[in-house]
Amino acid sequence: METLIIVLAGVLVSAATYLLLSRSVIRVILGTAILSHAAHLLIISMGGLKTGAVPILGKEVSSFTDALPQALILTSIVISFAVTAIMLVLAIRAYQKLGTDNLLKLRGFNDD
Amino acid sequence: MLTMHAAIIIPFIVAAFIPFLAKRLKTLHIGWFVLLVPFGLFILLASYIPEIADGEIFLQTIHWIPSYDINFTTYMDGLSMILGLLITGVGALVVLYSIYYLSPEESLKHFYVFLLLFMGAMLGLVLSDNILVLYVFWELTSISSFLLIAFWYHRKRSREGAEKSLLITVSGGFAMLVGFIMLYVMTGTFSVREIIREVSQYTDHTLFLPAMVLILIGAFTKSAQFPFHIWLPDAMEAPTPVSAYLHSATMVKAGIYLVARFTPVFGGEALWFWLVGGVGCLTLFWGSFNAVKQTDLKALLAYSTVSQLGMIMTMFGIGSAALYYGYTTESVIYTQAIFAALFHLVNHSTFKGALFMVIGIVDHEVGTRDIRKLGGLVTLMPITFTISLIGSFSMAGLPPFNGFLSKEMFFTSVLTMSEMNIFSMETWGVLFPVIAWVASVFTFIYSMIIVFKAFFGPYQLGKLERPGHEPPIGMLIAPAVLGLIVVGLFFFPNMLGNNLLKPAVAGIFPTFPEDELGMKITPWHGFNTELFMTIGVVSAGLLLYLTLRYWKGIYRLFPEKWTFNVLFRYVLDQLEIKSRVVTDSYMTGFLRDYFVYIFLFFSILIGGALIYTGAFDFEVSGNAPISVYEWILAVVMMVAGISILFAKSRLTAILLNGVLGYSIAVFFVLFRAPDLALTQVGIETVTTVLFLVSYYFLPEWQKENTPKRTKGLNILISLSVGAVFIIVALAAQSGKLFETISGYYENSYQLAGGKNIVNTILGDFRAFDTMLEVVVLLIAGIGVYSFVKSKSKKGGHNLED
Repeated sequence: METLIIVLAGVLVSAATYLLLSRSVIRVILGTAILSHAAHLLIISMGGLKTGAVPILGKEVSSFTDALPQALILTSIVISFAVTAIMLVLAIRAYQKLGTDNLLKLRGFNDD
Repeated sequence: MLTMHAAIIIPFIVAAFIPFLAKRLKTLHIGWFVLLVPFGLFILLASYIPEIADGEIFLQTIHWIPSYDINFTTYMDGLSMILGLLITGVGALVVLYSIYYLSPEESLKHFYVFLLLFMGAMLGLVLSDNILVLYVFWELTSISSFLLIAFWYHRKRSREGAEKSLLITVSGGFAMLVGFIMLYVMTGTFSVREIIREVSQYTDHTLFLPAMVLILIGAFTKSAQFPFHIWLPDAMEAPTPVSAYLHSATMVKAGIYLVARFTPVFGGEALWFWLVGGVGCLTLFWGSFNAVKQTDLKALLAYSTVSQLGMIMTMFGIGSAALYYGYTTESVIYTQAIFAALFHLVNHSTFKGALFMVIGIVDHEVGTRDIRKLGGLVTLMPITFTISLIGSFSMAGLPPFNGFLSKEMFFTSVLTMSEMNIFSMETWGVLFPVIAWVASVFTFIYSMIIVFKAFFGPYQLGKLERPGHEPPIGMLIAPAVLGLIVVGLFFFPNMLGNNLLKPAVAGIFPTFPEDELGMKITPWHGFNTELFMTIGVVSAGLLLYLTLRYWKGIYRLFPEKWTFNVLFRYVLDQLEIKSRVVTDSYMTGFLRDYFVYIFLFFSILIGGALIYTGAFDFEVSGNAPISVYEWILAVVMMVAGISILFAKSRLTAILLNGVLGYSIAVFFVLFRAPDLALTQVGIETVTTVLFLVSYYFLPEWQKENTPKRTKGLNILISLSVGAVFIIVALAAQSGKLFETISGYYENSYQLAGGKNIVNTILGDFRAFDTMLEVVVLLIAGIGVYSFVKSKSKKGGHNLED
C-alpha cells in the first residue's frame, strides 16, 4: 500500500512540476495545489498505513495508527489553502493591472 | 602614554576635529592648525634619533584582539624612523605649501581630513609590527589616497585616476593579505620580528614561495613597479601638494618599505633576488624611457618617480644576496646596496618633493604645465628656477647634489652585482650595469627637459593664461627647504648615514655584526668605473638631449594602443561586458527558467547523491495490503493527475483537481484519519469554489504554444523530478531507523483530558503549531482583503468594480 501511494504521489509530483513549468499563471497555481496533495500523501504514507485503529481512545484496541503525521497534515492543509487563496487573488490583481496572465510577458523591465 | 601609538593616533584624532574647527575658523586658513600635527610629530620622532643611532629599538604593545594574536604593536628601528621622519617632515612642508597653494574657496576641510587620515595611516604602516595591523593601515593609505586623487571630484579624469589607483593598489593589497595569512599559517605568528626569527626553519615549506610572490605583488602595486605603474601617471590629477606628498615621497615608498621589512624573511632566495632586482631594473628603464616623451610636466615627474622607485628596488634586490651568503667579510659588500637604496630613498623624497612643488608653482602662476607652452620663465621666476635646477640636477645625478652620491652608489652596486656568481648571474649579470647606465642617460635627458624646456627658450605669453611672476614667499618656503636639504645632504651625507641608515641596515641584516655595516659616503672617490660611467651618462645625455627632436620619432614606433593603460581599460571593459552577457544569459526574468534551474539542481544533486552513496534500498515486506477499491482509487487519481495536463478548458482542470482532492479525502478515510478526511473535504470544496470564482476574473485557458524542444525538456524535467521523489521516498520508507514516538500521545486522556489523539496533539501537545497556523490564515485573510480593496495608484479600479 505504501509503495502504491508513493508512486501515486510521484505521479502527482511529475504533473505538478510540469504545470509549474508552464507559462500561464493559473496553471502554476494549480501546480502548487497538486504539489501539496502529493506532499500530504507522502507524509501520511511515511507514518505507515493501516497499522491500527482510528486514533480515538475509547474502544478497546491494541494499537492506533500514527496520530502525529495526521496532525502535521492537518496543519499543512490549512496553510496550503491560505497560500492558494493569496496566490489566486494576486493573479487576479496582476491580470487586472497588467492585462496578461502569461509569465513570459510578465518579465518586467530590463533594469532601466 | 605610549609614544609611538600616540604618534599614529594623533592625526586621526585631529582629523575628526577638523570639520568643527573649519566651521569656527572663518578668518584663519585651517591649514595653519593642521601644520602643528606633522611638525610636532617630526620633533617627537627626531628626539629619538640619538637612541636609534645607538642601535636601540622601541617596542610597545596595545592589546587589540589578543585571542587571535592581533595586537597593535609598534616597533621602531632605523628603517621605521627614516620613513617616519620623511612622512612627518615632508608632510609638514606639504601642509605649509598647500596653505598657499589651495585657495580658501576650495573645500579645505575635506582636503585636510583626507591628508591627516593618510598621514596617520602611513605612520601606522611604517611603525606596525603586527602584519595584520600593517595591512589595515596599508588599505587606509589606499583609501585616503583614493579620496585625495579625486579631490576635484567634478572632473572626470580625477575620478578615473582615483578609480584606477584604487583598483590596482587594493588588488595588490589583497594579494598581500593572502601572503600574510600564509606566513601566519607557516610560522604561527603575526609579528614581523618573530617571523624573522623563526623563518629559517620554514624556507622549504610549500607556502613559502607563494607567500613571497603575493607579498611582492602587494609591494609592486603600491610602489608602481612594472607593469603596475600605470596608476601613478593618472594619479597626477590630484592637487599638486598631494602628488608631492603621496606620489613621490611617502605612499609609493610603502612598497619599498615592505620589501625592506621582508628582506630578512625572504632575502637570500633566488626568486626574491630576481623578482625584486629584475622587476626593479625593468621599471627603472621603462619609467625613464617613457618620461622623456611626456609633455605634461607632472606626467613626466610621475614616470620619473616610477623609474627612481625601480632603481631603489633594484638595489634592494642586490642587497638581498648578502643573506644568501650569510655573514662573511666578502658578503658585507652586498649590504652596501641596501645602504645605498635607503640613502636614495631619502634623496628621492627630497628632490622629487621639491620638483613637484616647483611644477605646482609654475602651474599656479602661469596656468599651464605643458612644456610646449612653457619657456623663458627664468628671468621672471628666478627663485623657482633655482630650486627646480637643484632638484633636476640632483635627479640627473650631478654634483654637488645628493642625487650624485646615491647614483654613484647605485652604479657601485650594479657593478658588484654583475660580478656575482650565484642565481645564474654569470650569464645575466652584465645586463644590469648596461640597463642602469642607459636608464641613467634617459634620466639625465628628462631632468634637462624640466629645467631647459620650462625655464629657457622663447617666452610665449600668448599661450599662457597669466604672465609669469614669482609666487608668494610662503609658497616658496617648502620647496626651498627641500632644496637646501638636497644640497646639505651632498656636503654632510654621513650625518644621515651614521645616525639613521646604519641602524636601518642593521635591522635588515640581524645576523651581521653592526660595526661592519654602513659605509662612509664620500663625494670624491677617485677615478673609478662609477665616475667614468657618470661622465659617460652626462656626455651621452647631453648629446641625446640636443638631438632630441631628431630621434623623438622612435616613440611613435610604440603605438598608443599597445600601452598597458589600454590593456587595463580593455580588460576592465571586457569584464563588464562579459559578466553582463553571462548574467543576462541565465537571469531571463521568466519564472519557468528559474524553476528549471531549481528542479534540475534538485534532481541532479539528490539523485546523484543517492547513486553516489548507494543509499537506495527498497522492500515491500512491511506494506499494508491493498484492496481492489484502493487500486481503483489510486488509478483514478493517477489518470486525473495526468489528464489535468491535457485539459482543454479550465473548468475541466478545476474539476480534475477536485477529483484529486476528494480522492485524497477518501484515502484519508481508508487510512483511518477521520479528522483529515473531514478537513480535506471542507477545504477542497472551498478551494474549488475559490478557483471557480477567480477564473471568472481571469482570461480563458489558452493553449500553450510552447516550442517542441522546450516542451520535451519540461516533460523530461517533470519525469525526473517525479522519479527522484519516488526513489527518495521509497528509500526513506523502507529504511526505518527507529520506532515512532506516537505511543506517548496515546496517553492523551491522562495527560490532556481528550480522547481524540489528533485533536489533543493539535490543541495541547503541539498547540504552538496550531497557533501559528491560525496566524497564517489570518495574514492570508488580511492579504486577500487588502489585495481586493487596494486601489491602483493611477486611476485604476478595484476588484469590486
